[in-house]
Amino acid sequence: MAGIVSYGAYIPIYRLDRSLIWLSWGGLPVAGESAIANFDEDSITMAVEAGNNCLQGINRVQVDALFMASTTTPYKEKQCAAIVAEALDLKRGVRTADFTNSLRSATTAIQAALDAVAAGSANTVLVTAADCRMGHPSTADERSFGDGAAAVLIGKNNVVATVDASHTHYDDIMYQWRLDDDLFVRSWEDRFIIEHGYQDNVVEAVKGLMAKYDLKPADFSRAVLFAYDTRRHQAVARKLGFDVQTQLQDSLFSTVGNTGAAYTLMMLVGALEEAKTGAKILVASYGDGADAFVLNVGRGIGKVQKNRRGIKYHLESKMPLPSYTHYLRYRGLLQGSFFFENQSAATIQWRDRSWNISCRGGKCLSCGNINFPPQRICMYCQSKDQFEEVRLADRKAKLFTFSKDSLGPTLDPPIILCILDFDEGGRFYAQMTDRDPDKIEVGMPVELTFRWMHSERGIRNYYWKCRPLRQA
Amino acid sequence: MESIKDKVAIVGMGCSKFGERWDCSAWDLVVEAAYEAFEDAGVGPKDIQAAWSGTLGFAGGQSLAYPLKLDYIPINRVENLCGTGLETIRAATYALIAKAYDLVLCVGFEKTKDRGVGGLGSGEPMGGVHPVFGIQATPPGRYALAATKYFAMYGAEKKHLAMISVKSHYNGARNPKAHLRREITVEQALAAPIIAWPLGLFDCCGVTDGAAAAILCRAEDAPKFRKDYITVKALGNSAGPGCGKMMTDYDWVHWEETYRATQQVYQQAGIKDPRKELDLVECHDCFSIAELMCYEAMGFCERGKAKHDIEAGTFALDGEVAFNAGGGLKSFGHPVGASGVREVYEIYKQIQGKAEEPSRQLKNVQLGIAHNQGGHPGTFMCSMGIFGVPGR
Repeated sequence: MAGIVSYGAYIPIYRLDRSLIWLSWGGLPVAGESAIANFDEDSITMAVEAGNNCLQGINRVQVDALFMASTTTPYKEKQCAAIVAEALDLKRGVRTADFTNSLRSATTAIQAALDAVAAGSANTVLVTAADCRMGHPSTADERSFGDGAAAVLIGKNNVVATVDASHTHYDDIMYQWRLDDDLFVRSWEDRFIIEHGYQDNVVEAVKGLMAKYDLKPADFSRAVLFAYDTRRHQAVARKLGFDVQTQLQDSLFSTVGNTGAAYTLMMLVGALEEAKTGAKILVASYGDGADAFVLNVGRGIGKVQKNRRGIKYHLESKMPLPSYTHYLRYRGLLQGSFFFENQSAATIQWRDRSWNISCRGGKCLSCGNINFPPQRICMYCQSKDQFEEVRLADRKAKLFTFSKDSLGPTLDPPIILCILDFDEGGRFYAQMTDRDPDKIEVGMPVELTFRWMHSERGIRNYYWKCRPLRQA
Repeated sequence: MESIKDKVAIVGMGCSKFGERWDCSAWDLVVEAAYEAFEDAGVGPKDIQAAWSGTLGFAGGQSLAYPLKLDYIPINRVENLCGTGLETIRAATYALIAKAYDLVLCVGFEKTKDRGVGGLGSGEPMGGVHPVFGIQATPPGRYALAATKYFAMYGAEKKHLAMISVKSHYNGARNPKAHLRREITVEQALAAPIIAWPLGLFDCCGVTDGAAAAILCRAEDAPKFRKDYITVKALGNSAGPGCGKMMTDYDWVHWEETYRATQQVYQQAGIKDPRKELDLVECHDCFSIAELMCYEAMGFCERGKAKHDIEAGTFALDGEVAFNAGGGLKSFGHPVGASGVREVYEIYKQIQGKAEEPSRQLKNVQLGIAHNQGGHPGTFMCSMGIFGVPGR
């Protein structure tokens, strides 16, 4: 039976206290805080984080397809899944696809993955979902939205939660939308879209599923439901007959925010990382209709839960975003003046993709030392062309030295320039991100993270930075 | 290998006023420096048989032929990052020894203040900038990597860097051609804004326009031009293979390329004990940490021990060996092509006893080093030379 083999999630380190937005705009307050992507993150980098966390302990050669779900793919034309696949160092023959334009796109991608596995066209499919949506400044949307990502590996071997029933329907309603050149999400009046968009569709999908498979609310240990906000989330759960205290999965609304296409999947990861063998989980997403699934958690779950970077890991590890201005700056809504030069070349990006994006170094077959960037002549023993490529992205490293550059071009000064040495050998020259500039010292452990470096001529240049280990 | 020692002489030099020369083009700076050199040597442009143009910013030999209207003579534009100026002298020296020419001109210059933004830019060679690997920080950000590691390893502090800058500002205040001519205190240096931690404003050199020129001939011809000429004793050049930021072998607390080039010039000039034999070092102090690590790379003190000599004032005007008596890059800024030739100008004037202000003049100067290193720490291009009184 096809189902979930592994999972992972990602929440950016920064959290914006929603009262800071209220301080600027007034209006109706929304309680809690929102997870905010750092200035060097977008849906692609967050999908890579979640996907990489999902693939820990998994042989990447097994992955046959990579789907990326998002309503905020940075490129309108150019596939983003291909960049994610490259950064995750998946094999060349992987089928890649972007699932976009709907808040429901992640569950659509999961259904497509399940279908591919059932049909035998793929054994293992990685589904990533990430979103980084912007509500119009001053609106409740701005205070409700958060950024994040999740990933599930769908397959038929080593399944830890089988997907045993599903329901889907479409619904055409102007709920939230963006035109081609809209920066911000547009909404119709909340009372209309909550009732006839969100509530009606989730109820229809869940009731349809339960009717079709003869299930009742008491059969489920957990209900993972897309949320409009905390109050409406609980209202829908009650309407469906679930006990809010014991059955409803935390919506993350007041700790992360509504993460769009990634939202339901992130809650599902939250449910899976606490699930016990034998648990039955209901999942219902919303967006232009609704999808619903029944998951039965199997025996292997404990093994996957071990050391998994999911919701819990990232939720506890956070730094406060100091101001609303920081948010505006990180999203490019408040633009400073910076002098970047010569920073895009499609040719260089293409020919160096194995190390720029896939993060592969050259291991010298003659002396064993790691050369990064890869070289023709070994830096250590001068052997020529005797290298095997090795992925360095998951290797632990220590900070050898650093500086804090206040004048370098960046949206978030100072640039922390770093020399790191991998514990297994090899050196990496990188900037540090997700850091407190006052808490950096020689010798501290760091890890690599895939980030958006800068843009020029419409090209987003992605590369790897380092960050302090995320700990609560 | 044959020695080049004392075979080539410098018989005339010129140096423009360094500064933010908003009203001057690169060509104006070239004319200012070259014509001072012509006058100093008692020659005219028509006497020059070949020339070398040292600049990062302008391509081709026309960069000298055009401003000086030279008469279709052979000219090469030379570029070797921060060592560009010294490389013009190296090229000229070898051409004279080969007797290809008898009288030649070297001009190093840079117009840095036409960019519309501060700083020197990426500092990477044009065409060699990688979109994501090449530019990660400013030059102070790169040098600060070494300062952080040096502090952690050897226990030096920001105050030691400050003392170097105080010394260089003191010297520069006594040099009319310098850009920054203000004495500072250690307290001021420590309180200055941070540019790239741990480097503050006064740990960094200025961004400056300038030019310097030299006229050279073989030593046997030099007395025809003047009595107090100086000779080239040694020329070194070491290009790092570029692995310091990628290779775990590099410790970030020493300048390997400068050490290697130093070995070359000491061997050529027969220097055994630099601290006793040399009177003056004009070293590449784009940042205070650069000068500190030069003390050690050039053998003036042991590795990790520079702070003791800094505290003792060893490298001050009245110390054992004056470092950057002219004010250094600290006071002159770093118009890249000009710096090396400008350093030689200071040695030339000090040997002749012609430092413009008596309070900067050292006594009985016989031998001096001019030194530049360019690029990224761990990946330097180092050029250096020893110049001195003939026969010394």
